[in-house]
Amino acid sequence: MKLIWALIRRDLRLATRQGGGAGTAIGFFVTVIVLLPLGLGPDQALLQRIAPGALWIALLLSVLLSAERIFQSDYEDGSLDAMALGVVPLELVVLAKASAHWLTTALPLAIAAPLFGFLINLDPQAIPPLGLAMILGSLFLSLLAALGAAITVALRRGGLLVSLLILPFYVPCLIFGVAASSNSELIGPSLLILTALVLAGLVLVPVAAAAALRAYLK
Amino acid sequence: MMVQLQAKSLACQRGGRAVFSDVNFALSSGQLLELRGPNGSGKSSLLRLIAGLGEPVLGEIVLDGGSADLTIGQQAHYAAHQEAIKSPLTVAENLEFWSDFLGGGDLDGALAAFDLADLAQFPAALLSAGQKRRLSLSRLALVPRLLWLLDEPTLGLDQASLERLMQLLRGHLSGGGLAIIATHAALALTADATIVLGAAR
Repeated sequence: MKLIWALIRRDLRLATRQGGGAGTAIGFFVTVIVLLPLGLGPDQALLQRIAPGALWIALLLSVLLSAERIFQSDYEDGSLDAMALGVVPLELVVLAKASAHWLTTALPLAIAAPLFGFLINLDPQAIPPLGLAMILGSLFLSLLAALGAAITVALRRGGLLVSLLILPFYVPCLIFGVAASSNSELIGPSLLILTALVLAGLVLVPVAAAAALRAYLK
Repeated sequence: MMVQLQAKSLACQRGGRAVFSDVNFALSSGQLLELRGPNGSGKSSLLRLIAGLGEPVLGEIVLDGGSADLTIGQQAHYAAHQEAIKSPLTVAENLEFWSDFLGGGDLDGALAAFDLADLAQFPAALLSAGQKRRLSLSRLALVPRLLWLLDEPTLGLDQASLERLMQLLRGHLSGGGLAIIATHAALALTADATIVLGAAR
């Protein structure tokens, strides 16, 4: 456990030194949200109706923006080779990298996102359930981002491929995430399903991503 | 404790092309094996195979007498061309991470091994190529491991660092360690065995 924490701490340190993690993602997110009403016109009722969905889509895209880099630098500078020779199984390395991505990028975004809802006339009552759903969902997004990053780690300009591979898997998260904030009866069940997605991701993603990384290292 | 690393009729392919075949060696505690051969002859590939970062198409690698529940790679240091250094972190932070990740090590000893103590608080981004190489090699002194796999470790090192490396290597071998070095340079140490890999086909 201490070994895993060492890796998470290093990644957090790298993210704060280099910048570009949460900052870029939030910048991109805000830009999308600001552009939206300009493109749709000042129809407040329409904006309120689409606000949760728009915020979710912007969140998905912002998380994807940084996904490609999760393993790339470690692969290129040889850290991944050295990690593969550690006593820590690659599965746990994947879990640590995904957690670090969540803490530095997806979680700050999920916390900030509902607050930017006022830009597109989000119903204030929808903020708490939306925030909760986003915090849960963002963990799932980070896990899947790690999977996409592992599958494309050796490919230059793999970003587009990550999006194509991962976006379909984001669909359930999007559907139930939006449901949680647009219909009060669906809050409970939607959050449960999001939790189930996170749990499934926690179990399946490390195994799949580690298998992909091993294939590349061979 | 006697340890022996054996390779039996190893063959390696990369991208469908045969790199080498029928490589055999046996290396015991305290012995140094030298890999020589022109560029592309498979020296690095052989080191990766031994570390477990690749699979031979034929043959096998066996370690007798090491820890039974660890793979060969987990008992080895693999120092490759890629130096596994994070440039935004300081020298000490880089070492600290590897020390923590590899299960605890001798941080001061590692800094001293390649005379990096003065640079400890320096961001790794500002290091020269030779200094980066020294930082990468100081992992050898950080955590003790049975087998050292060094891929052209002398590249970019100045005379003083070269001597430190040889001293470190001598200590490792006399402590019962094993080492395999792929190099083009003449080493100050006499290798117990040399494998010359053929020219690229």
